Amino acid sequence: MKIGVVVFPGSNCDHDCQYIFQDVLGQYVEMIWHKETLLAGLDAVVLPGGFSYGDYLRTGAIARFSPVMGAVKAFASKGGLVIGICNGFQILLEAGLLPGVMLRNTSLNFICKDVYVKVENAATRFTNQCESGQVLKIPIAHADGNYYTDPVTLGGIKANAQVLFRYCTADGKVTPDANPNGSLDNIAGIMNADGNVLGMMPHPERSAESILGNEDGRLIFQSMLSSFGKPELQSRLIGV
Amino acid sequence: MKAKIHVTLKQGILDPQGKAIEHALDSLGFKNAGNVRVGKYMEVDVNEPDCAKADVQVKQMCEKLLANTVIEDYRYELQ
Repeated sequence: MKIGVVVFPGSNCDHDCQYIFQDVLGQYVEMIWHKETLLAGLDAVVLPGGFSYGDYLRTGAIARFSPVMGAVKAFASKGGLVIGICNGFQILLEAGLLPGVMLRNTSLNFICKDVYVKVENAATRFTNQCESGQVLKIPIAHADGNYYTDPVTLGGIKANAQVLFRYCTADGKVTPDANPNGSLDNIAGIMNADGNVLGMMPHPERSAESILGNEDGRLIFQSMLSSFGKPELQSRLIGV
Repeated sequence: MKAKIHVTLKQGILDPQGKAIEHALDSLGFKNAGNVRVGKYMEVDVNEPDCAKADVQVKQMCEKLLANTVIEDYRYELQ
């Protein structure tokens, strides 16, 4: 597979994503500078974590107008696989590729720690190597991860099984105490209605290799890769 | 013309910064202070002598970039 990793000014997890796809999973990776306007021959695109444009104005607000985002939107509208991690998730929200916004964490702190997330829907292009209800340990590192949307949109994404990950306890209980940032409904990751765009605040690329002591995050990248051999996953709403 | 733009969180949207400031004011003895909301203030020079045209442009700036209208309101004045 050919994976494109977008590099914005201020991205800082771009090389981690490159390393996981290239060195750990053996795929071809192309780094894509944000000035690019074409995404040719790619199977999937990664919007990595970091602080694009210094998080000025709002997180992701300026990056969404980078030249490359037009190409990312076109790629996504044709069914291309897109994953936004942390700042990448924030950019997808600002770009309107996913519904909702990020508010400041309720604690006002930048939180960097391992958290547990529950896989709410395992029949997707991003989670097919997980079990439904499986608990993954993946680190977060953000100040603005407090997901918010209006009640109508929230009802829609829940009914449509677009919520893929929710913050939970180590044994899989979705409780207020397990919510690190105040996120609505403990939401840690959502996908679009077509099932080809995922945004998640936890960093799977930081927990995808045994030497790091945690490989849970790798399941998400492996799910993406294996989804190309699973035509039933290409069309949306399998198992819903 | 100069646009003076205020971007504020909509009513009902949680404002953790406002809450923190409210607590700080309270601990400083300002017991009457409440409901603190933090917003943004921006000034933009608009090179457009026609007030109506400048107004349209500033509105577009707010809608497209300066405010996220899911959670924020904006208002501005042109001088």
